[in-house]
Amino acid sequence: MTTNSKSIPPNLLCESCPAHHAANLLKLGVNMENWDYAIALAGNPNTGKSTVFNALTGLRQHTGNWPGKTVSRAEGGFSYANHRYKIVDLPGTYSLLATSLDEEVARDFLLFGRPDVTIVVVDASRLERNLNLALQVLEITDRAVVCLNLIDEAKRHNIQVDERRLARDLGVPVVPTSARYGRGLAELLQAVDEVATGQTVCKPHRFQTESPMLKQTIGQLVTKLKATFPTLPNARWVALRLLDGDERIAEAVRKGELEELYESNR
Amino acid sequence: MNPTVDDILQTAQELRWKVGNNFHEQLMETIYTEAAQIADRSVTYPGKKPRFDLDRTIDGIVTSRLWGFPLMILLFTVVFWITISGANVPSDWIARLLIGIIYPMLKTGAATIGLPWWLSGLLIDGMYLATAWVVSVMLPPMAIFFPLFTLLEDFGYLPRVAFNLDNWFKKSGAHGKQALTMMMGFGCNAAGMVATRIIDSPRERLIAMITNNFALCNGRWPTQILIATLFIGAMVPAQLAGLISALAVVGVALLGVMLSFGVSWSLSKSVLKGEISTFSLELPPYRPPRIWQTITTSMIDRTFFVLWRAVVFAMPAGAIIWLGANIHVGNLSLVEYLINFLNPLGWLIGLNGIILVAYIVAIPANEIVIPTILMLTVLTSNLSGVGDGAGIMFQTDQVETMALFKTGGWTLLTGLNLMLFSLMHNPCSTTIYTMYRESGSLKWTLVATLLPLCMGFVVTFVVAQLWRLF
Repeated sequence: MTTNSKSIPPNLLCESCPAHHAANLLKLGVNMENWDYAIALAGNPNTGKSTVFNALTGLRQHTGNWPGKTVSRAEGGFSYANHRYKIVDLPGTYSLLATSLDEEVARDFLLFGRPDVTIVVVDASRLERNLNLALQVLEITDRAVVCLNLIDEAKRHNIQVDERRLARDLGVPVVPTSARYGRGLAELLQAVDEVATGQTVCKPHRFQTESPMLKQTIGQLVTKLKATFPTLPNARWVALRLLDGDERIAEAVRKGELEELYESNR
Repeated sequence: MNPTVDDILQTAQELRWKVGNNFHEQLMETIYTEAAQIADRSVTYPGKKPRFDLDRTIDGIVTSRLWGFPLMILLFTVVFWITISGANVPSDWIARLLIGIIYPMLKTGAATIGLPWWLSGLLIDGMYLATAWVVSVMLPPMAIFFPLFTLLEDFGYLPRVAFNLDNWFKKSGAHGKQALTMMMGFGCNAAGMVATRIIDSPRERLIAMITNNFALCNGRWPTQILIATLFIGAMVPAQLAGLISALAVVGVALLGVMLSFGVSWSLSKSVLKGEISTFSLELPPYRPPRIWQTITTSMIDRTFFVLWRAVVFAMPAGAIIWLGANIHVGNLSLVEYLINFLNPLGWLIGLNGIILVAYIVAIPANEIVIPTILMLTVLTSNLSGVGDGAGIMFQTDQVETMALFKTGGWTLLTGLNLMLFSLMHNPCSTTIYTMYRESGSLKWTLVATLLPLCMGFVVTFVVAQLWRLF
C-alpha cells in the first residue's frame, strides 16, 4: 500500500479539500492501481448496488430492474479526499449462509478478502427484509457503512426511516441515498472515508437474542479458536459456521488455511 | 498448550450434537427476530396503508391469469411494430449514403489512383460493401428496438414476464429462474449462459443452458425483422404491413419460448431427470424509467456493442467472400462450388445453398447472416464479368433488397424457413465457448450446439415438404 499525495497535481489539490465534498470524488474507472483502501459493496438483490458502483467509479456496469443481475464480482476504482479506493461490487444475496454460487462469491470476499470498509446497500422501503443480510455482514466485519438506498421510493410509498435511530441500533454509520439520482453520495463517501481512516470507530450490532445454551456453546468454541488462531478477526462468525456444519470453513480450519486465506484474497 | 486444529473440529462436532440439528433454524430465527425489532424501531408508516397502491394494481393486471399473456403479446407486438415502421426510412437514407453515394466514389477514386482490380475488389467490393450492408441493415432497427426493450427492463416489466412464465417452466420440469436467464438470452445468449449461475441445481442449470439458444438474441432480431417485413408484410395491404410483420416476429419469438418449454420438458423427463427446486421470485417495484439515460446507455451498451461486433466480423468475412467468389478453379469460383454442393440440401429444407454458406460464414456472429447472403447473391449472379464488380450500382433500400432476393430465386417459403432456421440453429461461437467454460462439459456443450441445429433441419424440412405438397 502506498500513499501518493506527493504526486497529486496542484489543480487537484482543490478537489481534495474537505470543504468541498461533492467535487471531491475522482472517478477512476477500471484504474485500481496503488489503492489505499478496499471497499466491498454488499446487499440484497435489486437494491441498487451496481448503481452505487457506477456512480462512484464512472463505469457502466449494466444495471437492470430485476434481482440477480450481478452474478460475479465487478471491480473499479475511485479517489476521494486524497485516498485511492478499490471497490468491489458483490452479487446481491439474501444471506451469507452460502448455498449457491453467488452467495459463496459474496461470502468469501467479505470473509477472506477482508475489505477495509463494507458498504451494505439496503432498500429503505423494504428495511426489515434487507436487515437480515445487513446483520449477517455486521457479524463478519467491524467496519461497515449502511447505505440506506432508494429513499425516494420509500418516500413515495409514505415510509419514513429514522436513520439516526437505525445507526444507533446497528452501531455503524447510516447514510440515506438515492443513487439513481446521485443524491446522498457525497455523504456516503464522507462516512466511508471516516470509517476507512479510523476517524469513526464502529461498534457493530451482534446477535443478542440467542438462547443461553447457544451463547455458551458459541463462547466455548470461540475461546478455542482464538487460542489457536490469535490473529483471526472474526472468530465468532467462524464458530457459528462450524456449528452450522459448513464444510468449506471446516476444511479451511483443518488445513490451517484460515489466516492464509485472508492474505491470499487481499 | 494451544488446542490443535483437530481438537477444535472435534469440539465443534460434539457441540453440534449438543445444540441439536435445528441450529440453522435457531440462527435464522435470531437473525429474523432482531431484524424485525430494529426495523420496527426505526421505520414508521405514517397514517394507515395508502388506500391505493399503484404497484399492486399494475401487478394485479399484468400478472393476472386472464390478462397476463395477452398483455405480454400486445406489448411486444407494439415494440416490434414501432421498430419495423420506424426503421424503414432511416435504413433507406443510410443505404443511399453508404452504397449509393460513397461506394461509387470509392470505386472511381480507386480507378483514378490506379489501384489493381483485385485490390480494389478486395477492399471495396469485399470489405467495404459487407460493412456498409451491416450498418444500413442493422443500425436503424437496433437503434429503435434496444432502447425500447431496455425501457421495459428498467421499468420493471421483465420480472413480471418471468412470473407469468414461471408456472410453465415448473410444468416442464425446469427451474423458475430459467425465465430470467431466458430474458437475458433475448439480449445475448452468451450473457444468458453466464446468468444461469443464479440456478443452484446443476441439473436445472444444464437445462437452462441447453435451451437458452431458443431465446432470439441481438444478432438474430434484425434478420427476423427484415425478413418479416419483406416477405410476410408484403402479403397484406400496405396499411397492415407493419402490424402483420410485427406479429410474425412475435410469433417466432413465442415459438422459441414454446420450444424452450418443450425441450426442457423432454430433457427433464429423459436424460436430466430429477426434483424441481423451489425458489422465491421477488417482484421489484415499478420505477419510472430514466428515459434519456436509458436511451444513451442502451445505445452504447447494446446498439453500438452489437454493431461493432458485426462490423468486426463483417470486414474479414467480406474479404473471404470476395476472394471465394473471385478465385476460380476451372469454370467456377470456390464459393460457387460450395453453393452448388449445398444447394440440394438447401432445396430439401426450403432454403438454398447461399443461405447455408452464409450460416457457415456467420458462425462467429449471427449479425452478418443477411449481409453475407446479399453479398453472395450479388457476386455469384455477377460472375460473368470476371469479378471486377464495377457493374454493381444499386442501393439497398427495401424494394431493391427484395428485388435482389427475387433474382436469387426466393419465395415466401424461403423467407418463412429462413425465419425458422434463424430461430433453430447452432449458437454463435462465443456462446458455445461460454457454455463450455461455464459447464466444463464438452458433452453437454455439443448437445447444446447440435440439438437446435438438428431441430432446425427437421422443422424446415417438414415445412418445405408440406408447402410443396399443397
